[in-house]
Parts: sequence; structure tokens; C-alpha cells
Amino acid sequence: MPRLTLTIDGHSVSARQGESILSAARRSGIDIPTLCNLEGLIPAGACRVCLVEVSGRPRPVPSCATSVEQDMVVTTDSERLAAARRMTVELLLAERNHSCAVCVMNRHCRLQDLAARFGIDHVRFSFISPLAGVDVSHERFGIDHNRCILCRRCVRVCDEIEGAHTWDVGGRGAASRIICDLAQPWGTSTTCTGCGKCVQACPTGALFEKDAPATKRAVDLQGLSEWRRNRK
Amino acid sequence: MNAPEAKNKGPATGEGRLRIAVCQGSPCRAAGAEAVLAALRETWGAERVAVIGTGCMGPCSRGPLVRIEGEGRGAAYYEQMTPQAACAAVKAHLDGTDAGQGRLPSDFPFIARQKRVVLEQCGRIDPCDLDSARLAGGYRALAHALGGMTPEQVCSEISASSLRGRGGGGYPTGTKWELVRAAGGRRKFVVANGDEGDPGAFMDRTLMESDPHRLLEGIAIAGYAVGARDGFIFVRGEYPLAAQRLRRAIADAGKAGLLGRNILGSGFSFRIRLRIGAGAFVCGEETALMASVMGQRGQPVIRPPYPAQRGLWGGSTLINNVETFGCIPPIIRNGAAWFRAMGTPGNSGTKVFSVSGDVATEGVLEVPLGTPLGEILAMAGGTVGGDFKAAQTGGASGGCIPASHLDVPVDYESLKELGSIMGSGGLIVMNDQRCMVDVARFFMRFCQDESCGKCVPCRAGTQQAANLLHRIAAGEADPDDLVRLEQLCRFMGETSLCGLGMAAPTPVLGTLRWFREEYERHVRDRRCPAGVCVMEEAPCRG
Repeated sequence: MPRLTLTIDGHSVSARQGESILSAARRSGIDIPTLCNLEGLIPAGACRVCLVEVSGRPRPVPSCATSVEQDMVVTTDSERLAAARRMTVELLLAERNHSCAVCVMNRHCRLQDLAARFGIDHVRFSFISPLAGVDVSHERFGIDHNRCILCRRCVRVCDEIEGAHTWDVGGRGAASRIICDLAQPWGTSTTCTGCGKCVQACPTGALFEKDAPATKRAVDLQGLSEWRRNRK
Repeated sequence: MNAPEAKNKGPATGEGRLRIAVCQGSPCRAAGAEAVLAALRETWGAERVAVIGTGCMGPCSRGPLVRIEGEGRGAAYYEQMTPQAACAAVKAHLDGTDAGQGRLPSDFPFIARQKRVVLEQCGRIDPCDLDSARLAGGYRALAHALGGMTPEQVCSEISASSLRGRGGGGYPTGTKWELVRAAGGRRKFVVANGDEGDPGAFMDRTLMESDPHRLLEGIAIAGYAVGARDGFIFVRGEYPLAAQRLRRAIADAGKAGLLGRNILGSGFSFRIRLRIGAGAFVCGEETALMASVMGQRGQPVIRPPYPAQRGLWGGSTLINNVETFGCIPPIIRNGAAWFRAMGTPGNSGTKVFSVSGDVATEGVLEVPLGTPLGEILAMAGGTVGGDFKAAQTGGASGGCIPASHLDVPVDYESLKELGSIMGSGGLIVMNDQRCMVDVARFFMRFCQDESCGKCVPCRAGTQQAANLLHRIAAGEADPDDLVRLEQLCRFMGETSLCGLGMAAPTPVLGTLRWFREEYERHVRDRRCPAGVCVMEEAPCRG
């Protein structure tokens, strides 16, 4: 496969054609913060945390979903990007109910990690805190929509890896909810295989195991790309 | 003007015969145009008079509209017709007294000063009658293209015309066509975007309701030029009449051999299907529209790949606005140079605008690009209910133009310089009784409602921006809120995934640019200068 050369934060980086900016940056030790991205899943570009600047483009682009190009000049950290990332995380924190102290994901949560990394000690916007609902009808798992950030990792892992497509998104805008099958209680799902990948993929405490101790296990399914390759 | 009536519309078709046209577009029908048409047919549908239902004549707020012409005299338009008034008007016309009630002056600017290219047959032909469209020149451009032009020639003719996309972006249409034509792949598609969701926009509805065959012809020519065999028209679910007339037009054109297999014996086959939207504004965004056409949830995906690279079912796909397709047949018929002669360099041709709000006459008008905004306003009879304050162009994705810039030529670049956009052509005129904070809040709430919810800046940002605007309008904001609002708006514009989120803050930024003082008075003095926003009395402190 042809190789390309590009510049990321002043470093010359070599990459495969078709590779994402994110992957090329990570291989060369540049850490771009991400949230909805999970290696091995098709990037959604939904959270906008991994935005980077590419010279010649008017707006920042999501590094997870943008392919490298020859001689591309990428900046992964700037004042503008830092402000945008901070704003994104603040908006997420204000959107639903993220009370870390009483969350199963406390100290393992990707959203919490980002807030800490960006030094977010207050939120400029008013907390909306809608009553988004909890579904604990499944015998082993539960979903707390109040902690969902709609990153769609669960939707994608269920569809792309497990092949069940139990999860999807219903409604739109602020009323969007992760729904099970035809918007029915998880416990009544006829497609869910109970594999638990969605719970593992969830970056926050929205999806959890019922019988687990008060803390959810360390997250992020590893090796999904490997899994995919082997399946073929 | 002299479009002969359909050949089998009655015994007499002579030029001298009196022709009565009754607008049967949605606005006129809502005002009772069906009853007017029925009454005229019953009373005057005799040999001396031909009565037909047509599409839109333009000044929609004055409907039901009736046009009477023939018998050696020019056309006369009558406004706000009732069945009785219409019958009386015809009688007066026949008697030669011309004293019918409701008659519009012959130089009525809304009609007389238009330059109709896309809408040339709207209000003249019967949209439910293929013969009527063909007699007025319909499908001649398709026959010409199929008979005497190669696909390359069609593409280069469109490129030479400098036509730009009428959906709002202003991307050169010819370039887009060339890209799809050059793309490989087994199947290609052409899609007409008729998901006209902007508040105050009804140009595409007018064309689809009034001259559906024009749209079909434009799409078929595009299909021939880019090498596609399948076309789709995506019509928003709120346009049942447009969908009904298009469905009929597709069936009629198919029977007449103008669509389907081996069109006009040329060997070119092309099929057009209708897709009805389910009420999502975001489906006007091309990637969301394609998802909807394929039966998926209507939400955008990241570009690139652009539809020309990978679109419907993986094939290269050409997506143009309905009005853009409406420009194609006249360009093929009259040549690129003719089209370029209209408008200004870089902004050739005409543009259809739907004018609404505080103007004397609301409706649809077509003028050359580059026409000053003030001229369009004057055609609509000027501002009513107060002095002119601002005009919102481009709907929820656009900004406003203040009175100090009424002389701005309406073209893609000039509007952009003023912080607005051309958009699809909605033009909302506001008088000085309107509060700009309230206007901005209306549009932000609209975007909040219509956000698909996929990306954070749009989903959560519109909620917070609407909250902040609400606080300002309610007199509950502090100066920091204004700073926060501006930061949030710039952030949304830069980081959102698709055009909806990127453009959602434009109405706020536009009103802030020209009417910042009004925002500040809401915040500082807790007063709404226009007297629109209801403020709570300041709580008693201490």
C-alpha cells in the first residue's frame, strides 16, 4: 500500500493511504483526545472532540474520520481547538445528568477524563438535567439515559461487531434516545444476544452491568480491529 | 404569453377565444380557488371561453388569482376572487367595460417587473395536463439534447452557462455534473432536492405544483448528461399537492414515452421515482437526504466522500435543487450565452424568491441575480405596518440585511459579505415593530427542534443558545450571557458536522452584527425597544 508523508504538529509523519489522521498521529506518539471514537468501529465523527486543524481548510475536521493526504499540514493543539474541545465537554456535562460521585464509572469515565484533562472545574451553561429515564428490564444489564452522551459506540458495536443491531437512535435533537429494537424495554428484546459488548464500549456510566460491584470494569473494548480481521 | 391552450380542451381553440386561468397553487386553493374554478367552469365553460386551472401566478397573498386574456386584449389579473366576483369580472371583460372588481393594474409591479425563466410557464399551463406543458415548449429541450447533443456537450453547455446551485451553496452546477459524469461505477443516480424546509421558503413548491414537467425534463437531461438511469425527487411531506402533481406528471410522461425505456427512440432510458420526506428539516442536507431516500434514518454523515464520489447505494450521485433543474431546459433551448446575459458576471441567470412578512404583497417572484434588495422590496409593494427594519434572507440558515444595505445587489457573494446567505431564496421582510432578539430566538428554536442530534455542537449547542436567547428576551440575562452566546455561536459554526449546525447560529450572529444595541438594551435596561418581548418586573432586592 502506498505510503504518504504529512506534517503533524511540526513532525514529519509517514502514513498509509486511507489511514485516518488520528491513527497516524497516535502511531507517532501524538495524543489527540477522543470520545466517540473506538478503534475497530466505523468512525461517526459525532462528538467533535478529536477535531484538528488542517491548513487550507476553513474549519477544523474530525481526525477520526478524515483520511491523510500527501503533504497535509495538521495542527492537533491550538488555542482555538482547546477552546472548542472545552466547550464540547461543557455542553455534554450540562446536557444530561453527570453526577460523578454517584456514578458506577467514577474514575473510569471517558467524559470525566476529558473534563479533567481540559481543566474544566465549572460549566458556563445552565444544567438542563432532563428526566431521561432508566431501563433495567434486562436480566443482566441496565441503561441509564441520564448518563448517555449519544456517542453511538453501543449502536455501532452491536451492529458492526455483534451483528445484532439491537440498538439504534430514536427521536431527534435533544430528544434523541438510544433505543432498543422497536423502542421497547431491553428485557423484551428479541435481537439482543446478551453479549455485553455495548456495556464494554460505553464510555460513561450509561450502560452498566447489574450485578457488578459499584464500579464498572475498566472500559473500551480492545482489539476490535483484530477481531474484525479474523472474522473475515 | 401566447401559449395555446391544450388541444382537447373544448371545441374552440382560436386565438380570439377568451382564456380564463385560475391559480390552483396551494395558497390560492387555501383561499378558495377551487370554488372559483368550479363556478367559472359552470358559468363560462362554454364555447367562447376556455377555463383552466393553472399553477402559481406570483402574488400569493392576493389569491385566489384569476387571469383573463384573449379577444384581442392583453391579460388582466384579478385578485381575491370569490365565485361571484370572478363571474362578474368575466362578464365585464366580455362586455368590454373592464370595470370588474378586484382588477390589478396592468403595470402591477409584482407581476410586470418579473423576469421569469424558471417559472416561465407557471400560471400559464395546466400542471395536470402533459399536452398543456408540451404545447408551451415542454420536453423540447430534452428532445434537442437527446437528438443532437452528446452528454459531454450537455455538460459543457451547463458549465458555459455559469449556472450555480440554487439550493443555497452556489456551487457551480456544471462542475458538479462533470464530476459525476467522469465518475466510474456501474450505477449512477440523479436526485432533485425538493425538501424545502426553511421558514419562509416556498419557491420549489411553486415550481413543483405549477410546472412539474419542467422539473422532470431538467432531471432527465441531467441523467442523460451524467450517464444515470435512475432519478429521484425528494419532496417534503408537507407538500402533498406538489407530490400529487409530480406523481401524475411522472405517470403521464412515462405513457408518452418521455420517461422510461428508450426515451423518444434515442436509446436513452431513464426512470424517475418520488420519495416523500417525513418532516425533518435536516433531510435537505444532501447526505441526510440520501440516507432518507435509501430508507434509513435521515441524518448526515461526514463528507468527503461527496455524493459525486459515493452516494446512493455506493454509486456516484448528482444532487441538485429543484430550481437548479428548472434552469436546465431553457439553457439547453436557448444556449449558455443567453443565460449568461442575464444577471451579473459570476452570478448568471435569474433567481426565484419567496417574499413574505411585512410587505404589501407576499408571493413568489423571479428576478435576474444582482437585482438590488430594495428593488425586490419595491416590487412587493414595500413594507407595511411600520418602517423597514431588516430582511431575513436564507431562512434559518441566513442572516438579516438592515435598512442601511437595501441597495445590496442580491447575489451569492454580496449577501455573504453582509453576514447572510442567498440560501434557497426565502426573503422575510420585517418592519420596526419586530424585535430582533425575538426573531433570533425563533430561528434558534427552529434549529433546536430540527437538529438530528448526532453531533454535540448542534444538539447541545442549539439548546443552550436557545436558553440564552430566552433569558435575554425575558430580561433575565447578565452581560456575560451575551458574551457566552457569541462564543457558543462561533463554536457551533466552526465545529458542527453538517450545514444545519454550521448555519444555525447565523441568524443570531447576523442580528448581533446589525442590532447589537437592541440586545444590549434587553440585557442592560431589561427593556425590549420594539415592545415585543415580555419582561418580568425586576425582582425587588434587599
